[in-house]
Amino acid sequence: MKYVIIGAGVAGIAAIEAIRSVDHSGEITMIGDDPHGFYSRPGLAYYLSGELHDKTLYPRTAEQYRKMNFRYLKGRVKNIFREGRQLQLEEGQLISFDRLLIVVGAQAIPLDVKGSHLEGIFKLDHLEDAKRILKHARRGRRVIVIGGGITALELAEGLLARKMDVHYLLRGNRYWNSVLDEQESKIIEGRLQEEGVTLHYRAQALEILEKNKRVSGVRLADGKTLKCDLLVYAIGVRPRIDLAKQADLKTERGILVDEYLQTNDPNIFAAGDVAQTYDPSSGRFTLSSLWSQAREQGFAAGLNMAGRRAAYVKSTPFNVTRLAGLTTTVIGTVGSGCTDEDLVGIARGDSETWRLLPDIIAAQEGFDVNRMRLLIGEKRLLGAVVMGDQKLSYPLEKIISESIDISPIREKLLNSKLRISDVIAEFWKNLNLPKRI
Amino acid sequence: MLDLFRYDAKKHTILAAGQVAPDADRCVQCGICVYNCPVGIDVRAHAWRGEPIIHEYCLTCGECVARCPRGALRFEKTDLFSKKK
Ligand SMILES: Cc1cc2nc3c(=O)[nH]c(=O)nc-3n(C[C@H](O)[C@H](O)[C@H](O)COP(=O)(O)OP(=O)(O)OC[C@H]3O[C@@H](n4cnc5c(N)ncnc54)[C@H](O)[C@@H]3O)c2cc1C
Repeated sequence: MKYVIIGAGVAGIAAIEAIRSVDHSGEITMIGDDPHGFYSRPGLAYYLSGELHDKTLYPRTAEQYRKMNFRYLKGRVKNIFREGRQLQLEEGQLISFDRLLIVVGAQAIPLDVKGSHLEGIFKLDHLEDAKRILKHARRGRRVIVIGGGITALELAEGLLARKMDVHYLLRGNRYWNSVLDEQESKIIEGRLQEEGVTLHYRAQALEILEKNKRVSGVRLADGKTLKCDLLVYAIGVRPRIDLAKQADLKTERGILVDEYLQTNDPNIFAAGDVAQTYDPSSGRFTLSSLWSQAREQGFAAGLNMAGRRAAYVKSTPFNVTRLAGLTTTVIGTVGSGCTDEDLVGIARGDSETWRLLPDIIAAQEGFDVNRMRLLIGEKRLLGAVVMGDQKLSYPLEKIISESIDISPIREKLLNSKLRISDVIAEFWKNLNLPKRI
Repeated sequence: MLDLFRYDAKKHTILAAGQVAPDADRCVQCGICVYNCPVGIDVRAHAWRGEPIIHEYCLTCGECVARCPRGALRFEKTDLFSKKK
């Protein structure tokens, strides 16, 4: 059996592990166009802030790869010929396959503003992008950050850590309004300002200004201009579906796959950021840009390619991240139902499921840095946002993802005289699940 | 010499009480844990497999737990006589 995997990201690595768990002799080829191979993409944020060295971003050693027993080809796949079960690299080389996995990920949506071709403007997709940004990130210089979601904030904080003068433009009047509620946005904004980021509200960049072919500032919709030496943006990501489209595979916003991660061609599979998968919680096919889901999907796809029937059930979208230095966990459906003006597509570390406005009641508690918001359904919790103290984020993740019946505590959760954290802690204790210290 | 001895004694008390356990779903393999481990344990590889860090050099110093930006690592009790794991 000849397995070919296009893309050297986490979904591809997980697929190789899955194939090898059932097929020790099949021939596996992985093709990747990133000169740095497989590394932690979320880790780029910490490389940017100086919390780790670029060498630390690589999870595997050459020895570990050797044990996984696959061939790695550096190159970009240009075409897939389904009839002949072959694909072609940019340099012309043809490679045949019995089973193909497309795990080419998603890429940053380019800025659609006059002047966006100028030098000194960067996105953050790859390690090379991060290296380029760092080359220009000089102390005291001014950088303008455009966009929303986690990556825009990571860019702002990373460059602040590099002692740049950071100006963050928000189109509306608050940060990440599609996922966070007003108070949560305010907490993050307050902390950013305290750290030294200058926030500009209702600030839409209409044009990027030039000096000697380089960015020198932006002109805003209200007519004002703001000078800068560097501009970075993160306005969302879009799955790389061109290859699949050319090969006439079914696509929408991503490559459409069934619960076996199979495309409309039974020999071709897709997983990770590029795949649009069935989400049982909403009954729709949705996109995510989440590391753990990419890993799970890649693993399930690998098993199916190797002949096992392994249905993939999309897990509750879940992300723990640091927003303005505050550990924040987003679980399940928490959205406000608003559209986020700072994002065009979904963002990195984001899931479309989060956006859906659940027809439920929100209970919340907390002040300043410790805050917890629950979205309470008829019988179960549908989502939660936990900021600061994370003691309850693990129990909440389990209660939400395993649809645990919360009827015994529902009234208590809605009783404003009781602290929801106490109610949840008490409920968890009595559930008799593994103890933590 | 005396300090070294004290350090070891402390290490034993902690070791008896707990170990570092990862939550694979939360880990994004960034490597901050590896970068900060004073004895160079590949904490990240344990996290990928979801296995606790049972390693003869582990000091249970807590650097990795404290630095993990994703809350993927925690101390877990290792009570050998408990039925719950
Ligand atoms: C800055 C940043 C921060 C993030 N933060 C978080 C976070 O907080 N939490 C979270 O869960 N997720 C986060 N993510 C998202 C997470 O990294 C992705 O969900 C995950 O990497 C998806 O894995 P994948 O294997 O599907 O695709 P990718 O990791 O994108 O890998 C795809 C690979 O395929 C290659 N490729 C593309 N086209 C071709 C071709 N034609 N031929 C050959 N190779 C090709 C690409 O170069 C790439 O190397 C973040 C991502 C970034 C960039």
